[in-house]
Amino acid sequence: MRLSYPSSVKVIQVPCTGRVDIIHLLKAIEDGADGVYVAGCLEGECHYLSGNLKAKKRVQYVKKVLKEIGVEPERVEMFNLSAGEGPRFAEIAREMAERIKKLGPSPVNMKKAA
Amino acid sequence: MIIADRKPLEEIMQMVKDSNKILILGCKGCVTVCNVGGAKEVGILSSILKIARKKEGRPLEVDEKTIERQCDPEYIAQVKEIVAEYDAVISMACGVGPQFLSEAYPTQRFFPAVNTTCFGGATQHGVWSERCAGCGTCVIHFYDGMCPVARCSKSLMHGPCGGSARGKCEISKDVDCIWDMIVKKKMGEGHLEDLMTMKPTKDWRTARDGGPRKSVREELVQ
Repeated sequence: MRLSYPSSVKVIQVPCTGRVDIIHLLKAIEDGADGVYVAGCLEGECHYLSGNLKAKKRVQYVKKVLKEIGVEPERVEMFNLSAGEGPRFAEIAREMAERIKKLGPSPVNMKKAA
Repeated sequence: MIIADRKPLEEIMQMVKDSNKILILGCKGCVTVCNVGGAKEVGILSSILKIARKKEGRPLEVDEKTIERQCDPEYIAQVKEIVAEYDAVISMACGVGPQFLSEAYPTQRFFPAVNTTCFGGATQHGVWSERCAGCGTCVIHFYDGMCPVARCSKSLMHGPCGGSARGKCEISKDVDCIWDMIVKKKMGEGHLEDLMTMKPTKDWRTARDGGPRKSVREELVQ
């Protein structure tokens, strides 16, 4: 399967989405990422039982925090798919890239108006 | 342990709105255990503040440090060399932290990042509930291990009151009526007559009513 997905998506591999912490998502935004999403296994199918559910809550926390400080919460998202769904992975990448394109560059990257 | 909740971000942002370089100081004591003011939360708050200020176009320089405790002078002394480098210092400890810091470094401004709520424990992962009111005269043993001072909304010493319904307190359906629980436990164990015992009126002078409190252990005082 040679599926293509937008080159703007940088993949960071973790053993399980349960490893993804609030600070990782925040740091991505802080360091200039226009968006960040977590691609976890389907709910109920985590090899470590609840890793993806933990990740989901952390994503929700980050969304809430971003909203509080006036950054679009849609820039952070959680997706669930199985390891066998290659085409869906590419589809999600396109979907997220499209969403971020619509939102425009992150306000964190905006230069202060003179 | 002492339980606290993080203040709303807007309030914290307001505290440091005129600052360009701040220190966020965490505490490895109670607030680390209740996941509100330890090294991890210091990192999260630091990142949030930096994102918010970058967005405004005037970046905020934030240093992070977490000390053993903020309620002992020897640990407070650990920031002596650096404390003057900042426009402001945010303490993520309970209410004791910003006060001990202010007393030690009178020329610096210290802001609390958390609202200290109560003495309690984790009743489930991520949930903490009040168990002690620090009234200064413990009576838990009279009530089969349940404290009516901390857990009855009115701190009644001989409840339940008329606000008790189906085991819940009238203030909220999420609050158990502790007197309902005490009476049920006494009945279950066949000790209901314990509650008939006449006791002297509770002396509230050992609680906050007697003013700020102090504990002195002569054998330790130098």
